[in-house]
Amino acid sequence: MDTFINFFNAAVLAGTPLLFGTLGEILTEKSGNLNLGVEGMMFMGALSGLAAVFLLEVGLGVEMSGIMAVLLAIIFAFLAGAFGAFLYSVLVVSLRTQQNVTGLALTIFGIGFGNFFGEFFGRNSPVGFVTISLSARQGFANLNIPLLSDIPILGPMLFNYNILVYLAVALAVGLAFFLNRTRWGLNLRAVGESPATADAASINVTRYKYLATCIGGGICGLGGMYISMVTTSGVWVHNSVQGFGWIAVALVIFATWSPSRAFIGALVFGGFTVMRFYLPLGIPMQIYDKFPYLATILVLIVTSIRQIKEHSPPAHVGVNYFREER
Amino acid sequence: MSQTAVHEHKTPFVRIARRNTIPHTQAWLIRAAGLLSSLCVGGLLFLALGHNPLAVYADMLDSAFGGRIGFNETVRIAIPLLGAALAVGMAFKMRFWNIGAEGQILMGGIFATYFALFQHQNLPRPVLLITMGLAAAVGGALWGLIPAFFRAKWGTNETLFTLMLNYVAFGIITYLQADRWSSPQNDFPIIDMFDLSARLPRLFGIHIGWVMVLILTLLVHLYISRSKQGYQLSVVGQSENTARYAGINVGRVIMRTMLISGGIAGFVGFMQVSGADFTLNETTAGGVGFTAITVAWLAHLNPIIMILVAFFIAILERGSIRIQSTFMIPATIATVLIGIILFFMLACEFFINYRLIFRNKNISDVKGG
Repeated sequence: MDTFINFFNAAVLAGTPLLFGTLGEILTEKSGNLNLGVEGMMFMGALSGLAAVFLLEVGLGVEMSGIMAVLLAIIFAFLAGAFGAFLYSVLVVSLRTQQNVTGLALTIFGIGFGNFFGEFFGRNSPVGFVTISLSARQGFANLNIPLLSDIPILGPMLFNYNILVYLAVALAVGLAFFLNRTRWGLNLRAVGESPATADAASINVTRYKYLATCIGGGICGLGGMYISMVTTSGVWVHNSVQGFGWIAVALVIFATWSPSRAFIGALVFGGFTVMRFYLPLGIPMQIYDKFPYLATILVLIVTSIRQIKEHSPPAHVGVNYFREER
Repeated sequence: MSQTAVHEHKTPFVRIARRNTIPHTQAWLIRAAGLLSSLCVGGLLFLALGHNPLAVYADMLDSAFGGRIGFNETVRIAIPLLGAALAVGMAFKMRFWNIGAEGQILMGGIFATYFALFQHQNLPRPVLLITMGLAAAVGGALWGLIPAFFRAKWGTNETLFTLMLNYVAFGIITYLQADRWSSPQNDFPIIDMFDLSARLPRLFGIHIGWVMVLILTLLVHLYISRSKQGYQLSVVGQSENTARYAGINVGRVIMRTMLISGGIAGFVGFMQVSGADFTLNETTAGGVGFTAITVAWLAHLNPIIMILVAFFIAILERGSIRIQSTFMIPATIATVLIGIILFFMLACEFFINYRLIFRNKNISDVKGG
């Protein structure tokens, strides 16, 4: 039982950045923008969240409190991801560039942005790399909720995570509510399904696309920040995002564009990521290490073979909308 | 005339209309302006880091052209870039988003390395090298064929599929390094250096890969622009429905093209292990597969232009290594610059394909759009 609880805990912790990325990309794709730059935006968020805390601590020579660090990291990671998505939106929505290539460009830029500034700030750091103080790190430690955390089995399984895990879950619930229960959500889905119709119904297509893509990018940025703050515990590691953004893009397909299913997908893939520590299969470690990527391939194949109509993407995802060329 | 007055109120400040045609020179002028702007933004970045942008750029150029060693090194960087760009460019032309060149290069490297490590005593040098090259092409081709097969049969998303295969190829290499092919004389998980007979000969100071990749460029150019198969892949890229209507077996074209595209990438892997590194490790591909996307796209998927673009990107990469030591700017700045250049060049196409019409312009002007 203990092993199972440990495995479950590890799966949740590893799945959370995937959940952020998937939620951000779901919101983005609902507007009809297929932003393949998730990996890049996660890198930008990972660096910016960490660097904001690092630079302030070094600059002022103080140790930040945990809660301040969390807030600062959330704000800057979100802004960085949103900035990447904004560049994408300017190109795709306003300048009508090809979506795939623009997303790839954003990925290349974002990876460079993260790795470059990570290395650059690290050189000017007193310890030689980008890191944050112990007290700031406390903000990302597992919470101990009175009473709830003490419930046997359920306590350690559900109420013993860092604050970002709960933020991700809240975001999933909020996004599901937004898309399915609010007028704005309905409008947004209309923009992704049929922009011309939405335009005719006097929905401001451009504004929805920009907003959804930028906020989605910001959420992806949070996923990256989770990696630099929790996974690598507040230390900048070169290439730390290592494909999680791409898995998130695949999880959008797996989750069939539904935030609630994204939750399950992220948990399952979080499990795949840490499986090798809990379930020895006799495969060489170096190969087992790549299991999440193999599982992603499997998911892609299976979902493409059994295509169900209700589970299809927004009808106009990946297609640019020009009012003049309707 | 009163109508114009009404118009002036209703028309937005700026409108967009498609251009019918644009003179070639004007299009290239816009692109040149885009490139210059991107370098200016890069310069602003250098300025923000506290350096004189002109000095930094001058130093980059100096490292790439100054002296024979610098130039040779630039060419060495350009060889795999050009090769991989040929590979992905061909797939892109078909609107097949092969972003797995990295993995295909690694698979090619793995296949070639097998012969270099275990067959070099049994084969005379020319036979060995040719076998390595062919094996590498087969390895890359197989790695490219897998996603192509699923895309052709069930429409499986090839962008993510090809990318995921990169990580799998990485895994295979780390496994081989640590286990099967691990060097017995070494405590670290590394693979032995190749025997001299398994290394590519040099010509004018650079491994002979530069000749091979130029020949390859010519062949790919002829294949795409002069052969029936090349025409078919362009049609599939324009519209799969049109291709089907014209009686083209789309699935077949996809698999055939990816077999070639992967094969070329695999061959690049051979040139890297046998010409540049003389061994196999995780950095054999070194991000080339990704940068090649930039090269292919900036060259408008034209193989001949790719030669220039690959060389240009190689200058950037080579220069970035230099400014790491002279200006203490991390060499990863190359990726940032490449990203910025890509953004600007993508934006350029908008100004080539469309024109902006401002409100105060004469209405009669607009009708053409």
